Amino acid sequence: MTDTAAPAQRRWNLHRWANPGRFLRLADAVLPWLSALTAVLLAAGLVGALAVAPPDYQQGMSVKIMYVHVPSAWLALFAYTAVAAASLVALVWRHPLADIAAHAASPVGAAFTFLALATGSLWGKPMWGAWWVWDARLTSMLVLFFLYLGHMALAGAFEDPARGRKAAAVLALVGFVNVPVIKFSVDWWNTLHQTASVMRFDDPAIHASMLWPLLVMGIGFTAFFITLVLVRMKADLLAVRARNLRAMRLRGD
Amino acid sequence: MKEGGAVSAGMAATFAHVLGRDLRLALRQRGDAALSVLFFVLAASLFPFGVGANAELLARIAPGVVWVTALLAVLLSLDRLFERDHLDGSLELLARAPAPLGVIVAAKMAAHWLTTGLPVVVAAPIIAGMYALPPSGYPVLMMAMLLGTPCLSLIGGVGAALTLGARRGGVLMPLVVLPLYIPVLIFGVTAVDASLAGLPVRPHLMLLGAMLLGAAALAPWAAAAGVRQAVA
Repeated sequence: MTDTAAPAQRRWNLHRWANPGRFLRLADAVLPWLSALTAVLLAAGLVGALAVAPPDYQQGMSVKIMYVHVPSAWLALFAYTAVAAASLVALVWRHPLADIAAHAASPVGAAFTFLALATGSLWGKPMWGAWWVWDARLTSMLVLFFLYLGHMALAGAFEDPARGRKAAAVLALVGFVNVPVIKFSVDWWNTLHQTASVMRFDDPAIHASMLWPLLVMGIGFTAFFITLVLVRMKADLLAVRARNLRAMRLRGD
Repeated sequence: MKEGGAVSAGMAATFAHVLGRDLRLALRQRGDAALSVLFFVLAASLFPFGVGANAELLARIAPGVVWVTALLAVLLSLDRLFERDHLDGSLELLARAPAPLGVIVAAKMAAHWLTTGLPVVVAAPIIAGMYALPPSGYPVLMMAMLLGTPCLSLIGGVGAALTLGARRGGVLMPLVVLPLYIPVLIFGVTAVDASLAGLPVRPHLMLLGAMLLGAAALAPWAAAAGVRQAVA
């Protein structure tokens, strides 16, 4: 809100990419490099995680799940922040691409949230002896997953896709205000009803041999996320263009 | 100063007028409000059939059952908030009124709470009594519900405004609204649990009050944005 008085220079820059043609050209130029970077980072990260990094002295080979689980959880939160930021830009500056970006990022974020929950569940079974524990972290991730589902459902629930995206943008912002509240409430709720199994690392510091594959995977996941969002935005824009062309041909222009 | 006073007096008059209109409408269709309370009592009385009539168990789950069923009763009544006005066109007129739409929406939310939330709060001791909630829990349960149920109307109003005119609006609303209801549910239940355990209840009630103030400040504007999209 404080940016409403931004200098004309910045505003111009923001709207420079509102032209879909210019955005498509930029995306086409960036995508091959970004895809290659994603492939290299994920390959290096996976080799580092599965082959090079040592098994944990307590968890054994199960620790390998962490190399997918932690970056997924990170991206789940990052994607929601990106959706909320894009929604704010869409509502405040009415930037036409911001709507499309939020719409493109939401299902990807939901997929990462699901991946974090599923891998966490797979890890929880051998470690905690349960597929699911009503732990504060798990519960807030589950709520985040529901928020994503609501956002996606609302965006797709209208005859006019633009109206759906606008409604979803408001919901994303309301949800973003609520995420800290949910987080704190769930933390509190859990501390009052403390159960036996709560995740605890005896040693909070991760050894360097485990840390670098994790970081590489984290950066690789981020590159993967950006690639997917760009591809989805491109597909959205091209679908609109195809629809317009078909309409023109039907009209006989 | 004088001008500002006139503006806020005008807003108060708008608020009172819309509130009066919605309350009059609700009074003429008394069945709607009665149905919400009926649903609340009916849904709450299903749980003993599911979990058995063990008095100790029922007393332990009483706060949770009261809150969850109150939440569902409010949820089911949310489509009443804007849907009918949207269909008959009066929402469009309200949105074009020379008053801030947020004030009008806030008045409609207040009317919704008075006709749905308040009756549920009044009926809550009956359910709590049927569940043998210990007497020390009642004051806190009532306080928490008085603070929490307006939040349900406010947050739910945002969902109701955003889903106006959507396909499958009825199924969509729970998906949009329920995740946002979770903090109210958690603090509402922990307040009663804390009082039963002899722990201080002030922090829970203050957090509920904080959520109410935050929702009262923000939710009408978010809902107004949704209404504006629906009538545009």
